[in-house]
Amino acid sequence: MERIIFGDNQFFAVNHISDEKSRAQSIKFKDDSAIIKTLDIAIASGINTFMCTTHDRIANICEIIRKDPEKYKDFKIYPCMPYAHKYANAVTDLGIAGTLKQYVPGNFLGSLLKGGVAYLSKDYISIMELLVDAEMKMFKGINTPVIFLQNVITDLLLGLGMDEFLVAFAKYIKEKYNAEPGFITMNLPKLLEVLEKNGINNPIICASINKVNFRMSGGKDLYEKTLNEGRCRIIAMQVLGGGAIPAGEALEYVSNLPNVESILFGASSKQNIENTVETIKYHDQKKKASSIIG
Amino acid sequence: MVKVALIGAGKMGLSHLSILGAHPKVEIVGVCDTSKMVVEVLERYSGYKCYSDYLKMVEESRPDAVFVSVPTKYHYPMVKELLNKGVHVFTEKPFCLNPEESNELTQLAKKIGVVNQVGYHNKFVGTFREVKDLVKNGAIGEITHFQGEAYGPVVIKKKSETWRSDPTEGGGCLMDYASHVIDLINDIISPIDSCKGSMLKSIYSKNVDDSVYALVGSNSGASGVISVNWSDETYRKMSTSITIIGTKGKIISDANELKVYFKGDGFPKGYSKGWNVKYVTDLTEEVNFYLRGEEYSAQIDYFIKSVLGENNRSINTFESAWKTDKSISLIKNQSSL
Repeated sequence: MERIIFGDNQFFAVNHISDEKSRAQSIKFKDDSAIIKTLDIAIASGINTFMCTTHDRIANICEIIRKDPEKYKDFKIYPCMPYAHKYANAVTDLGIAGTLKQYVPGNFLGSLLKGGVAYLSKDYISIMELLVDAEMKMFKGINTPVIFLQNVITDLLLGLGMDEFLVAFAKYIKEKYNAEPGFITMNLPKLLEVLEKNGINNPIICASINKVNFRMSGGKDLYEKTLNEGRCRIIAMQVLGGGAIPAGEALEYVSNLPNVESILFGASSKQNIENTVETIKYHDQKKKASSIIG
Repeated sequence: MVKVALIGAGKMGLSHLSILGAHPKVEIVGVCDTSKMVVEVLERYSGYKCYSDYLKMVEESRPDAVFVSVPTKYHYPMVKELLNKGVHVFTEKPFCLNPEESNELTQLAKKIGVVNQVGYHNKFVGTFREVKDLVKNGAIGEITHFQGEAYGPVVIKKKSETWRSDPTEGGGCLMDYASHVIDLINDIISPIDSCKGSMLKSIYSKNVDDSVYALVGSNSGASGVISVNWSDETYRKMSTSITIIGTKGKIISDANELKVYFKGDGFPKGYSKGWNVKYVTDLTEEVNFYLRGEEYSAQIDYFIKSVLGENNRSINTFESAWKTDKSISLIKNQSSL
């Protein structure tokens, strides 16, 4: 994985500290061309990986990328599925069975619900696989070397003790998409323990990691201990602590943590994107230099 | 360990179940749901003992506490049965279909002496907690007026009918959505005890209200405006906000951002004259297990601590939810005049 990965929250008005900023982003990125323009700035700054949720609008972005293979030949997307609000709204409206009926492709579920297919353990795993396929459709022809399960689902399954689905997701991503499975979580220590217990070693995990203990369940000390042990490949997200930490200070902290393979960030302006990339590079070089000097 | 059972594994129920499942002091002893599929998945993959009859579940699994997350109309009969069996109860909001039912349950819970909590999770949001402290300590003086708002994209087109679209089951924007704002105001300022005018409007729904606009008065003498609309798709998710005007200052807060203006030099520690901005990230305590917002984990942790006798059981009691039901009822009755 590349050291710096570009995120998509800013494109979809996800802002953890201000509804006003969220609306401003919604206005700024109303047109797909505004998203592409910002992605191009990120690419020009040397970032070639875009980590994004399987939001409907990403399908349009994929279309634009597919049409220009030369320009985007080194470009990679790490899909994060599912776009949870889509399902959450559907569950409120249609109930759980109704939602599955709506989103599982084909007639598979219909026959399952009617009892045409036996309720074997494998069937629910198959439903999950069909949902993964539905979410992956928009990325056809695009390089997706790592495919993530969104935190709300990872953590829901984690809390419900449904380890089998986490394992099955990892297995399916490897077999069907020839890609690495990844897990986004707000509960890194607990998730890692469960994945290891189920034989998934050195997993790719994207977790909230920042100086102010924001969304780091179990606490910063336990996170730092876990990182020190080097048991997983980490992408650090929410490094600014939802905006609570000045960027320079936040990036210095996360750049110097051991075993953080990648840093994920999102930004809307050219200046913010370039500054973030520069700052991470600066700290990486400083760290490298000091390790050589010893 | 606290033995917990849950009735209703829908959207809120599954969320509660996951948070409970990760709680170090909770043992889940039973889950009750009417969906065969949900029950099968929970039995097979989570290993929970599942039931379709909640009374049988309580009989067999002997829980210390029960979570009730079913459509509102079932709250009253189910909670009443549970209280009479002497178990601690956490129930989803709104509490009951009318304040008479809520009052009866409030008195019953008091008499039996069990822990009782309702799922108004905004009370566990850092910004709103800070607003309450500021108001209670008189930081912005005497409250003269407030505005409570909530907007979100729940019903944005004409569509299929669920219990949320049936007024006799407790559906509708006033019961389901505006209740959050009313409950917050009742808690932060004082209970809304008069309604001068209100409009409940349907936009897409056939049988229930999609928006609520009301002019109200609170017990302490403050006037207020309630403006709530769940058919506003310009919001990505529910956005709840309150504006409070006092003789010494003004507060504007949502779940993310708190803005406070102090007129003079009398401001609390950590603030200054003029505008102040604080973010929820500065005002939120870390939780042990995060699923979908610290407040959802915090309210469950608070309930479990109440059961274990580790706090004073004062947040989101049946009594506070009964007062909210009374305010809801005032607004509803006024609209039909």
